[in-house]
Amino acid sequence: MSAFWSAWVTVLTLGVIFGCVWLLFATRKSQPHQEITEETVGHSFDGIEELDNPMPKWWFQMFVATVIFGLVYLLLYPGLGNFKGLLGWTSHGQWEEEMAYAEQHYAPVFQRFAQLSVEELKQPENAEGLRIGQRLFANNCSVCHGVGGVGAHGFPNLTNNDWLYGGNEDAIKHTLHNGRMGAMPAWADVLGEDGIRDMTHYVLALSNREHDADSAERAQPQFASLCAACHMPDGTGMYALGAPNLTNDIWLYGGSFEQIAHSLRHGRFGVMPAFSGLLSEDQIHLVTAYVMSLSTN
Amino acid sequence: MIKHETIEKNAGLMAVLIIIVISAGGLAEIVPLFFKDSTTQPIDGMRTYTALELEGRDIYIREGCHVCHTQMIRPFRAETERYGHFSTANEHVWEHPFLWGSKRTGPDLARVGGRYSDDWQRAHLYNPRDVVPTSKMPSYPWLFDNVLTGDQTARKMEVLRTLGVPYTDEQIANAQTDVRGRTEVDAVVAYLQALGKTHTNYDVR
Repeated sequence: MSAFWSAWVTVLTLGVIFGCVWLLFATRKSQPHQEITEETVGHSFDGIEELDNPMPKWWFQMFVATVIFGLVYLLLYPGLGNFKGLLGWTSHGQWEEEMAYAEQHYAPVFQRFAQLSVEELKQPENAEGLRIGQRLFANNCSVCHGVGGVGAHGFPNLTNNDWLYGGNEDAIKHTLHNGRMGAMPAWADVLGEDGIRDMTHYVLALSNREHDADSAERAQPQFASLCAACHMPDGTGMYALGAPNLTNDIWLYGGSFEQIAHSLRHGRFGVMPAFSGLLSEDQIHLVTAYVMSLSTN
Repeated sequence: MIKHETIEKNAGLMAVLIIIVISAGGLAEIVPLFFKDSTTQPIDGMRTYTALELEGRDIYIREGCHVCHTQMIRPFRAETERYGHFSTANEHVWEHPFLWGSKRTGPDLARVGGRYSDDWQRAHLYNPRDVVPTSKMPSYPWLFDNVLTGDQTARKMEVLRTLGVPYTDEQIANAQTDVRGRTEVDAVVAYLQALGKTHTNYDVR
């Protein structure tokens, strides 16, 4: 704040306070008598009159106390322009103190669990670590993956041991840190409506579901040339690209004929956001342990 | 000196004196902010909202999102742990009007950009209970049907430019093309994904 505005604020603030003081004492002084009497201010309405007594002492003293409070406050805390106050308080500083306090108290807890492997964290004696992981999951992940990690349409189920990008510790940590961007292209233009129908039958056949064998057979060469690059020739998928396994009858976007055809026609672009800026390394470790504990059962 | 009685019996004079007394607070607390760098200069590296994001912002206002969602992260640990870095005044200098809100029925959205995928945002806007079973947020299915024409977009950007938002001639010229034919939900999701993502450096002045 420039010197002018600093002075502006200071003069106005102190001016108001001392203006109040002046008003308080001026009205007290102009009072015709200082003792309690039966005298009225002189007007009467329907026989109702107003006594003309000075303000009660306790009331007057309360006013004086608020003025003193105000001045002490302005001395201790920032309020008068650029004057920082004797305590040096800032909202930013208070936040930093809170953060430092939390760091001091919680860092040892996280450090203790950070030293444990994911396998060790699943042991009953380290249940507290998994509980922290569960809380973090509930706050950050459950919005998409559901409270128990069972997922929803378009958001993977984390409890069924079926993984898009791999289910080992490194893969899950990579997913949490950097997020994932699924990219299944749209095939409507390439395959045509008949091709989409045939390919849908082929995909149904991969998981041994009811399908039209002739249709599936017609789509076989195209699956080999177009789809196998990501989903592998046998349809078991590839972690590196997040291409789902098509043979296990687990469906992220629904497994009905129409839903599979829709995925083929328009493609799918599932996005997992990155959490590296939102969760610390130690927190990600505990979330990983919790996520891995979900699918062992 | 003016007698008490004179003021009491003269409403016009009393009104003038009241205005003088109550304006002191605003003069001391509000007026200096119009001249401070930390409240008038944008944070380093901030970009403007795109045409689509700007339309999304207007739909956000139309649907009253700011009635239940704040965009103001206060400097308390409980908030910064959940929502990210606390809000600073210089992040909001291009907001006309600002959407800080005053109560939270839903969570703060100041830095919701990138938190969830576009798919999640769309599913959630269509029917929040499809993804969050306990949600009490209303559904906004009409956003998926309403298509934007972009007729007013360029004009809005021009008006914002007169208020100090540095939209370029090119942005204004392309505004309608950028927006036309997109659904309202496209715009709202674009806006939500931009929240907190229009700059990357925080500086606390």
